[in-house]
Formats: sequence, C-alpha cells, structure tokens
Amino acid sequence: MHEMGIVIHLAKTLEETAREEGLTKIGSVTLDVGEVSGIVTDYFEDCWNYFRRKHPVLSEAELHIGIIPALTWCDSCRSTYETVKYGRVCPNCGSGETWLVQGNECVIRQIEAED
Amino acid sequence: MKVIELHASVTAGNDREAAALREEMRRQGTLLINLMSSPGAGKTTLLSRIIRDLPETGISVLEADIASTVDAGRIEALGAEAVQVHTDGMCHMDAGMTAEAVRALTPGRSRLAFLENVGNLICPAEYDTGAALSVMILSVPEGDDKPLKYPLIFQKSDALVITKLDALPYFDFQVEKCIQRAKKLNPKICIFPVSAKTGEGMAELERWLLESLKDWQEQSGR
Repeated sequence: MHEMGIVIHLAKTLEETAREEGLTKIGSVTLDVGEVSGIVTDYFEDCWNYFRRKHPVLSEAELHIGIIPALTWCDSCRSTYETVKYGRVCPNCGSGETWLVQGNECVIRQIEAED
Repeated sequence: MKVIELHASVTAGNDREAAALREEMRRQGTLLINLMSSPGAGKTTLLSRIIRDLPETGISVLEADIASTVDAGRIEALGAEAVQVHTDGMCHMDAGMTAEAVRALTPGRSRLAFLENVGNLICPAEYDTGAALSVMILSVPEGDDKPLKYPLIFQKSDALVITKLDALPYFDFQVEKCIQRAKKLNPKICIFPVSAKTGEGMAELERWLLESLKDWQEQSGR
C-alpha cells in the first residue's frame, strides 16, 4: 500500500505547515500528481479520507488532485513526446537516449485554511 | 478561508527530518548507509560477510522488517549490534523511523551503521532516510534488466553491489550489460560485483566502505 505511506507524509507536512502558519483548520488541499508518479489517485483518495479523520486540523480537508502529464525529452532529435503513449523509445527518431522531463511529481500546490 | 500557495513536496517534512539526522550522524562521526534491494537479494548474507571481514570497524545494523526478528538474530550472532525496526506494514523506512532506530544504538559503539531497508525496489527509493550514502544490492538471479524496470533506485544510489556472483553459471545475467545500464541512469554510481559466499570482489567493496567512512569522519572533524 504505497499510497498510505505518501498520505502519512502529506498529513505530517500539512500539520507542520498549520503549526508554522497558525492555522486551525485546513478546508482543502490541492496536489499536483505526475501521470507516471506511480500514485493511483483512487487509492490515494480512499487513504486520505480514512487518515484525515485522525488529525483535528485535517479532518475536514477535501483532497483535489491535478494531473501533470508525463513528457519525455529525446536527446538525439531534441524534441519532447508523450511518455505514456510512446514509452522509452522516441517515436520521431527511434532513439533510446531519452529522459523524463515531467510526470513524476507529487507536490502540494495549495491549501485553503482558516486562521 | 484563505488560500496559501505552497508548491512544497509532499515529503518536505521528511526531508527536513532527514537533513537533521544526517547532521547529527556527522557530528557523531558515524557513517549511516541505507541498503536497498528486493527481498532475498542477500542483504543479510552480505552484511554478515562484511562484519566478519572488518572486525575492528565497529559495525551496527538497523534491521527494518515488516514483521520478524530473523535477520537481527543472524547479525547479533556475529557480535555486531543489531536494532530491529518493525515498520508495521509500511513498505519503506522514512527519516523519523530511522532516527528512532539510531537512538536505540549504544552511544559510541559503532562507526559504521547499516540501515537494512524493507525489501522493495520502489518505495524505499522515494524517501530520504537521513543516511549519508545509499547502496543498492542486486543479485544475479534477479536479472540484468532491473535498471530498465526500476530506474529511480539506480539513480538514487551511490553504489550498486551485484551479489551472488557465484551463481553466474546458472543464469543469463550479463555483468557488463548490467553495469552499462546502471551507468547510463547514473554515471557516478560505483559498482561492485561480489560473492559474499566465495569472497570474490569483497576486498574492493570493503575498501570503498572504509574510504567512505574515513571521508565522513574527516568531515565531522574527528
């Protein structure tokens, strides 16, 4: 259950933020999750809904997830392409000299909160 | 309700704890190494060999396991200190759990501490444990294509130890191909093909460990 571990870390990070900023209640949290980050968003939401109840500051925090599309850069023909559609080999030139540019993220974009 | 733009990593809290633990270990002069591999790659067998080969070094082992104490028993039988950490079902060690395990060690007894992370090639690579170095173990029976399947762990590791070299005649594992694939993902990775059973390659690995320990202790001013 990979998602549970991430939810635990998310809760910890949010509680620290609440303490630092003097927030009493977090109403919502918006995450940017990469398409190939390995996070299954349905599982993630289930874990969040279970786990938030254990934390007074987070108990009402709704989770919104935005997906960042995965893009790969080809070093040989110097172009980017869609990772999920074409995988590791560049569809333009057939090269394997490729690197993921974006799509592996799991970032807290913003929170809505009360003082 | 007010909106706060964070743009912070989900694991920001963990990263802070990891940095604090690394600093504490630097002050103590103890080199903490995070060992990652699949289940059954031979972590405990490799550690047992290192403990026997380097009796004067002061080695301890933090054993992360979902449930048992089997591995800690094997390490203690060799005279090294072992701390068993149960992750209670979590698939990886994080910095908080690691710091707790480090606190359970006898102060001043060890200079080289190994964290045996949970056997898994995915999640452990995503969390900074606070260790100074990360070392990945890949055994010959697992296949030379693992860098293609689990790239992140190869990118995050400072060294790769290829174990069970004595089993090479029975598998289609090509050491050169594996090295090439790992170096492509991480040009700086140090690679040590070894057999903990026959001792092949162990001297090079142990030299690297002792040099890394020396560098770490120089950084700590000891």
